[in-house]
Order: sequence, then C-alpha cells, then structure tokens
Amino acid sequence: MNKPRILIVEDEADIRRFVRMALEKEGMSVFETTTAEEARLNAGSRKPDLMIVDLGLPDGDGKALIREVRNWVSAPILVLSAREQETEKVEALDAGADDYLTKPFGVPELLARVRAQLRRSGTISNGSTTSPVVKFGQVAINLATHEVTRANEPVHLTPNEFRLLTALIRGHGKVLTHRQLLMDVWGPGYAERSHYIRIYMAQLRQKLEDDPSQPAHLITELQVGYRLSGLEIPEGNRTADP
Amino acid sequence: MKDQRPDPDDLLEAVKGEAHRSKRGQLKIFFGACAGVGKTFAMLQAARQLQAEGVAVGIGIVETHGRKDTEELTAGLPELPRKAMSGNGRPTTEFDLDGALAAGYKLLVVDELAHTNVAGSRHAKRWQDVEELLDAGIDVYTALNVQHLDSLNDIIGGIIGIRVRETVPDRIFDAATDVVLVDLPPDDLLSRLNAGKVYLPVSIERARQNFFRRGNLIALRELALRRVADRVNSDVRTYRVSHAIKTVWPTQELLMVCVSADRSQERLVREGARLAQRLQVKWIVVHVDQPYHGDDQQARETLLSIALAAQGAGAEFANVPGQDVAETLLDFARKRNATKLIIGNPSGRRYMAFRPRLQERIARADPEIGLILLGVDGVRPLVKRKVAGERQNYAWSLAVATVACGLTTTVAAWLLRVFDLSNIVMLFLMTVVFVAIRLGRLAGAWAALFSVGCFNFFFVEPTLSFTVADTQYIFTFALMLAVALVIGQLAARLRSEARVARAGERRASALARIARELSSAIKLDQIVSVCQGAITPLFGAKVVLLVPDRKERLLPTQDDGLIDLSVAQWAFDHTQEAGAGTQTLNAAEALYLPLRASMATRGILAILPDGTALPNNPDDRRLLDACCSSVALALERIHFVEVAQDTLVRMEGEKLRNALLSAVSHDLKTPLTAIRGLAETLERSKDIPEEDRNDIARSIRVQADELKRLVSNLLDLARMQSEGVHLNKEWHSLSEIVGSALAQSTTLLRPRSIRTSLPADLPLVDVDAALIERVLINLFDNAAKYTPSTSTVAIRAAVSGDTMYMVVEDDGPGLPMADPDTLFEPFVRGKKESSIPGVGLGLALCRSIIAAHGGSIRAEARKPKGTAFEIRLPLGAPPEIESETVNEQAAHPDR
Repeated sequence: MNKPRILIVEDEADIRRFVRMALEKEGMSVFETTTAEEARLNAGSRKPDLMIVDLGLPDGDGKALIREVRNWVSAPILVLSAREQETEKVEALDAGADDYLTKPFGVPELLARVRAQLRRSGTISNGSTTSPVVKFGQVAINLATHEVTRANEPVHLTPNEFRLLTALIRGHGKVLTHRQLLMDVWGPGYAERSHYIRIYMAQLRQKLEDDPSQPAHLITELQVGYRLSGLEIPEGNRTADP
Repeated sequence: MKDQRPDPDDLLEAVKGEAHRSKRGQLKIFFGACAGVGKTFAMLQAARQLQAEGVAVGIGIVETHGRKDTEELTAGLPELPRKAMSGNGRPTTEFDLDGALAAGYKLLVVDELAHTNVAGSRHAKRWQDVEELLDAGIDVYTALNVQHLDSLNDIIGGIIGIRVRETVPDRIFDAATDVVLVDLPPDDLLSRLNAGKVYLPVSIERARQNFFRRGNLIALRELALRRVADRVNSDVRTYRVSHAIKTVWPTQELLMVCVSADRSQERLVREGARLAQRLQVKWIVVHVDQPYHGDDQQARETLLSIALAAQGAGAEFANVPGQDVAETLLDFARKRNATKLIIGNPSGRRYMAFRPRLQERIARADPEIGLILLGVDGVRPLVKRKVAGERQNYAWSLAVATVACGLTTTVAAWLLRVFDLSNIVMLFLMTVVFVAIRLGRLAGAWAALFSVGCFNFFFVEPTLSFTVADTQYIFTFALMLAVALVIGQLAARLRSEARVARAGERRASALARIARELSSAIKLDQIVSVCQGAITPLFGAKVVLLVPDRKERLLPTQDDGLIDLSVAQWAFDHTQEAGAGTQTLNAAEALYLPLRASMATRGILAILPDGTALPNNPDDRRLLDACCSSVALALERIHFVEVAQDTLVRMEGEKLRNALLSAVSHDLKTPLTAIRGLAETLERSKDIPEEDRNDIARSIRVQADELKRLVSNLLDLARMQSEGVHLNKEWHSLSEIVGSALAQSTTLLRPRSIRTSLPADLPLVDVDAALIERVLINLFDNAAKYTPSTSTVAIRAAVSGDTMYMVVEDDGPGLPMADPDTLFEPFVRGKKESSIPGVGLGLALCRSIIAAHGGSIRAEARKPKGTAFEIRLPLGAPPEIESETVNEQAAHPDR
C-alpha cells in the first residue's frame, strides 16, 4: 500500500510546518506549496490523494483555485479558513471542497478530518457496494428497500426525509451545504429556502438520534450545512485504512 | 439621516470655508458728477499702481471708447475675455462673471457699476456681479456717476430732465470700503467736451445741449460732493461709535413711509431712503391693505415691486390690513414708535373736497407726529388701472343689481293690491341691502338710485311718469335714497371686513398649523411631509425642500425633474433668493428661497409654479418668508439634535473604548506571557522529563484556547459596533444552535453534566445563528468558570405566547452581586481580582446581541443555589412549508 500523498497549499510557514509534521507522523507523504500558482502545477504533477487549501492565498483566491482544480482532480479537498469567513466557506464547499477546518484548529481534529476524507474517497473509488445496507450508530438503512430501523425497530420516514437521508449518506463524511442538499432533495426552485432543511433535519434527528440536541451523527455545521459522520459501510465494499 | 452627521474633520473644513467666505473683498468706487470727469482714467491709474506693488490685478471689463490715454493705461493690465451673448437677437459681449471668479485675480477693475446686463446673464445688474465678486473675496475697483444713485435719481431727473433707468442701490454705495471722488470743475469739463475728449452714452448724446449746461453741471457736482460728504460724515460717526465705548445712542427713531399701490409711490420710497440715510434712522415702508382693494391684480404687482424696492433700499416693508387708512397708519406708527411719517400728496384734482385729506386727519389725531408731505405727480402708470376683466365684473354686478330692482318692482306691483305704499318702500330697501352685501358698494349705490327711480316711476302718482304730484314724496325719495345708501355702504363694509378677516385668519391659522407641525418634527422626512402637506396647498404651488449633504452640495428630498440644482446651489451658497421672479437667474422655472437659520443656511425651499403664478402679493410673500424661517428653524433643530446625539454616542464610545483597551491589554498579556514563558522553557531546557514536557505543552494549548475565546468575543463586539448591529437573520432551529454551541463547549464544560430539554416541536426562530451561538458559548463559558466541576448545566427552552424562552442554568454557588443586572455591564466581573481569566466582556456582548434581536436577557439566583440566565426572543411568523404529500409507498414499499 502506497503512502497517501497530501498537498498543502498554505502561505503561513508555521502552520504548514505543524500540519506537515502531524501528517508525516501518521505515515503520509506531504508536499508543501505556498501559492495558488504552485498548487495548480503540483496538483497535476504530484497526483495528491488529498489537498489542504487555505482560503486566503497571497496570489489569489482559494475558492478560484478549488473551482479550477475540481475540474480535473477528484481527490478530496479540505479547506482552512478564518472564523469570520462564513460565506467564503460555503462558497468554497459549493465550489467543490469536501470539508473545512476553522482556524485556530487542533492537531487531533485535523487528523480526524484527513482520515475521514481519505477513507471516504477510498470507498468511492472502490466502486459498487455489495450490500445495500449502511449503518450509523444504532440506525440501519437499506438503500434498496428503503427500510430504516433504529435499534432494530422500524422507523417511519416520509419520502422527503428519506431523500434527505440518502443525500447525506451519499455525501457522508463531507460537509454538504444547505444549497447542495436543497437542490438534491427538493430541486433547484428551493435552493434558497434553507428553513425547509432545518425543519426536516430536526425531524430526522428526532427519529434517528439518541439525544437530538446533542447529535452524534447528523452534525450541524452552523450557517454552513450538515455532515453525516460515523457511517459504517459493511465489509467488502471499502478499501483498507491506510 | 445618518449620512448628514458631520464628522469633526468635515466640520473643521466647513468652518474653514466660512472663515474664507467671511474674508469679503473690498470695494472702491470712483465716483463722479457726470461722464467725462475722468473716473475710468483715475481707476486704471490706481490699478496700475497696485500692480506695480505686486498685486495680481486684472481688468474685468472696461470700455475705453477709443480714447488714447485710457487705452494706454490698459496696455499693461491683463484683460479677461468677455462672454459672447445674444441680447435682443444681436450678438454682443458681456462681462464674464464665472470667468472672473475662476481667474484668481486679487483685484478686478469693473467699470460702470450701474450697467444693466444683457438678458440671459446670471444677474440683472452689474452691481450684483460685483457683489458676488466681493463675496468671493475679490477686491473690485469700479466707477459710478451720481445720477445713477437710486436715492438721487428723482432729484437729478428733475434737474436735468432725463430720468436714468440704470440705478444702483444706495446700500452698495454706503457699504463700499472706499469712495474716491473724481472731481473736475464744470468749466474744465466743458472745455474737454468741446475738445471731443468725452464719450457720451447714446441717451445723453441726444440731450447733449440740454445736459451739459453749466447750471446742470454745477448742480450735479454739488450733489456728488454732498453725497460724498455725507458718507465721510457717517464714516466718522462709525469710527466714533466703534472707538468710544460709552457713546450715548440717540433714541431709536423710526421713519415711516406710507404708500399706496401706485407706481408714482416709488418716489416716496426713494425719498424715504435718502432721508433715512441722512437722519441715520431706521425706516419702514407701510401700505394699508384696504379690503376692497384686495382683488386688483395690477395693484398687487405694483405693491410687490414697491415692497421689493423698499427692501432693496434697506427698509422693512409692512402690509397692514385696515379699514381706515389714517387710523391704521396712526396705530401702526404708535406701535412701532415712528415719529416721522412721509406721505404722498397727490397733485391731481380732488374728488371729494368735503372730506379732510389724509394728512389733515393724521395731523389732527396726533399733533406729535412729524409729517413730511411729498408731491407725487399724478402720473398714472402706463398700464390702465382696471383690467378689462374687472370692468366686465363691474358691468355684470350693475346688471344684476338692475335686474334685482326690476324684479322687486314686479313683485311690488303685485303686492300693492294688498299692502300700503310705505311697505313697498321697505321692500326696495331690503333689495338694496341684499345687493350691497352680495355685490359690493358700487352695485349697492346703483341699486339705491335705481330703486328710487322705479318707486317714483311706477308707484307714485302720477304713475308711469317721473313727475310727482304730492310734494311730500320728494321727502320720501330723499330719505329713501339716504337710508339705502347708508345701509348699502354699511353692508358692503361688513362684507369686505369679513373677507379681510377671513384672509387674515386663513394665513394666521395656516402659519400656526405649519409651526405646530414643524415643532413636533424630529426627522427630515417629517419636515418634508409638512412642506408637502401644509405649505403646498397654501400657495397652490409645488414645494420641494433641498438640503445640503456633508459637502454642502444640495440634494432634493424628492425627485422632481423641474428642479434646477445649479440655481438652487447658487441661492444656497450666496444665501440669496434666486430663480423666477428675482433679480438672479430669473430664467429658471422655480423660485429658490434660502432657509436662513441663526447659525447657517440649512437648505433651499424651491417653489414650482403649478400652473398658476408664483405667490406675488406681499402678504403671500410674507407668509412664505415666515414658512421659510419656520422650516429653517426646524432643520436647524434636527441638525443640533443630531450633533448632540452624535456627541453623546461618541463620548459613550470613548469611555467604553478606554475601558476596553485597558481590560483587553491586561487579558491579552496574561496568556501571552504564559505562552511565551512556557515555550522558552521548552526551548532552553534540554532534558525535561517527558511528563513535564507534556504538562507544559498542555498549558500552552489551554492558554491559546483562552486567547481564542477572547479574540472571538472581541471580533463579534467589533463587528457589532462597526456595522451598527447588522444581523444576518435566518429562520433557524434552536436545537441546532444549542447543539453547535455545546459541541464547541464540551471540552470546557467537562466533567460537568449537561442536560438539555428542548421540545421537539419548538418553532423556528428568526435569528443570526452565529451570534446566538456566541451568546450560548459565553454562557457555558461562564458556567465553566464559576461553577465547580461537579455541578450540572441545563438548557431549557419553551414557547409562551409570542415569546421564546431559553434558560441556561447551573447549580453552582450563585450570583455574587446584589443586582444581577450589573453583570451585563461591560468589564464587570462577579469577583474582582480573581485569577479566572476574562474581561467581563462576555455577558455584555450577550446583552447587546439579544437586544439587537429585540429580546432581553436577565440573570437570577436559583433556589436553593445556582444561577439562571433567561433569554427571551420574540417569535415571528415562520415561513410556510409546503406540506408533504405523504406517499407511504415511497418510504416503505413493502407495506
């Protein structure tokens, strides 16, 4: 198994250094770039398995880089941003980024996100699933029969709730923006009606989470979107962890 | 409104501008008895001398009329290009005011002060151009002949037989910094004239023989000398007053010029001006507004021009309503303490010789008053006094009166079968009274005469003849006529008095209403709506208010294509009225009145004629002026309210900023010091045991987290302060916000147990999620700092009525203060001098955030122990959600 290759695009040397040290300790090989221009070149030549992109780059906009690179790079992209750049985060995610970390962030958090993204991309690249059943926590979903159970009890979901859940499952481990979910579940006409998604997420949490106000799986990324975490895909349809 | 708040720098700029503007240029007039004395020559010589001294001198306009010596003098002086204009279809050139203002000379030579500008120029008269130059701080040299002085116009016209139309108000002459008399003895002048050295204007050329008689020249010279002497005299007086502190002031006398609405009366105004100047008293021009003159358009216009002339000459103008001229004048004179009255003495034939003249009545009523009688030649204005429409009006009322009398005769003929002849007389009297009330005095008098005739002709023996058999009927006729006339006059007077009262009442109440509405206005919008709602209907014209922005550029408060901003700006910059009906830029469609308040000009009121003519009678103008001052006062008031608020806000902000700085610098330095010290320890000490190293690293991380929280709060606070409170509101689920806040605070709160009880059916709330999250994080942070690790933190939410209640509570030691509300003040901490970090900013920020959402937050002690923070947020109407068409099959195909 090859070492996963990580490309860091970040102009601040100290941040680059501690990120590299942390990732190398996890057995990954890391390439550092400081500008969007360099990143474009490296994304083509180094064939990274994952890119970490800072939104504020000296020679350009991180979002523009993501939008461009997304056309020919399928590797997951993790965005680093400052706290007050809420709308920028959403735009970056809509442009094709998979997840984000808000500065200042800690090393454990960084490693968890990187691992999750690598695992997810491994699953997708591995192709079809053998079993239609996926699980998180005590919840099991049969994507073929639309059956949902929680602690082996059947749970009744409305069609929209189910569609929302499958959209989350499809993008599991990724942050899905309100816009992406609305387009996916309700269609383009609803892209700005984020209150729909809040109502339906609340309903899903009521039905599927143990403590709806402190959800363990249906995670809120406030003002950005949602992520489904802790999804288990049965053996055989995922690659081994690096 | 916000945009109008001045910032100190702008204010400073404005003050500098004012100071600059107050540096008015100096005016030097080269004054002569008549053309040819060498004014232009003297003026150019003086200008050259200044130029030699290094002053930037330019020639604005000088006509050399081809005289060699004068042309030589202009040779060295730069001359401004003239503006090409077309006056009366002929191309001509005119003094270019804008060019002169822009040229940047310190001193300009502008010849012929009395010149009338070509139509289409900014000002009607050159002296107005000169005024503007002076206002712009440019010194001006100019030339003037004595016959062009307004107050001497009549006298000189009488002496030399030529009336000059181009006049300059005396106040310009009096206000000039310097007057230089250019004098030439008449004999010298005559010899110069004969040598052909004098250029004469066309008008005088014709009268050359008459004009340049020796007698005329002597008289003109004397007048010029005397006028200059007067000026010198007043200069001396001014000097004395300004240098002697305790000069005894003469009692304030007032000269009153009484005018009627007739062109000939303008002479009275000129004489009044001269006399007032001589006597050094204030003066006032008074017109008695008799009710039955009210409808004469011609008279009204005449009166307006008299009023403008009076105001131009420095007098106050008053239009006093009253029935009896003598009584009203006396009343007014007593009220204003006027001791001298100027009255015109018409030289025409007297129609009613038996009535005492006005002056006789005044003299008899108050012998104390000094009366000055001036002959006004009975020259009637060229325009006929009565307009055709009015005449028709009279004809119509006479016709109606005749018909009424005819009808009465018919009815009387029928009634005579039943009633006595004496009752018929009463019937006719009644008709006269009605006619007089409805149609006025003239118709009443006619009806009286006609009734007597009818009575005689139809009812008195022998009937159908004017001859009278019984002589006692002659007496009846006389009595009947007398009674009818008297009653008719009384009735007509009653009617007109009622009308005057009504008009006065209308004006007074309108003004009172406007004043009342303006007094309650505290916003510009309100003033605008008062202008629209109250002033517009009063004059039947559209009214637009223009107010300046920070850079003193005018902006109309409502969009109207008819407003000419450049004219408005001129009126504003010069604090003078402009536009239609004025002397300045009168090609404009609207009238622009400056809104003068005590401190500054606050804007412009534009009056757009809405199909009808602009308000042109003196009463309307005064009413309009009163409206303008009311609006100006209201504008000034809101300006100062804003300044006061601004100052208050700034002071509060300053206080807060200082406290914040000291607190923040302390709280930033503490963790920074710790981080630096710990890092240096790691750096220097080679062999620290693994365990200690981990400890040190952990401490660094904890301190960094503390810094992060502080910075987050500061950033939120700064955002709220700089953007005002700009909320990024959306309909959010409260449980999501709570969940997100808890996720960020779990490490902090651990190992305290956390309980949440949020009902599943909580409605969405319209909030800025990031800020509400900040509130919750701060409250959790608070709980983590001030409660022992064994305590429980609970979050509850409930809806009651249209309010969402959210409570964050703990069972810690409770509140340390008597008054929990003080907790929310910035930089207040429960325990002073504790080692627990934080600037006391958290709760203050919570309060501002919740307040910005229209909610409230308060803290209270729990029984038996603990603290509860209760947040109330208003619930709006959440957006609709389309109900889902439940298709069971889609979700559960197997059932």
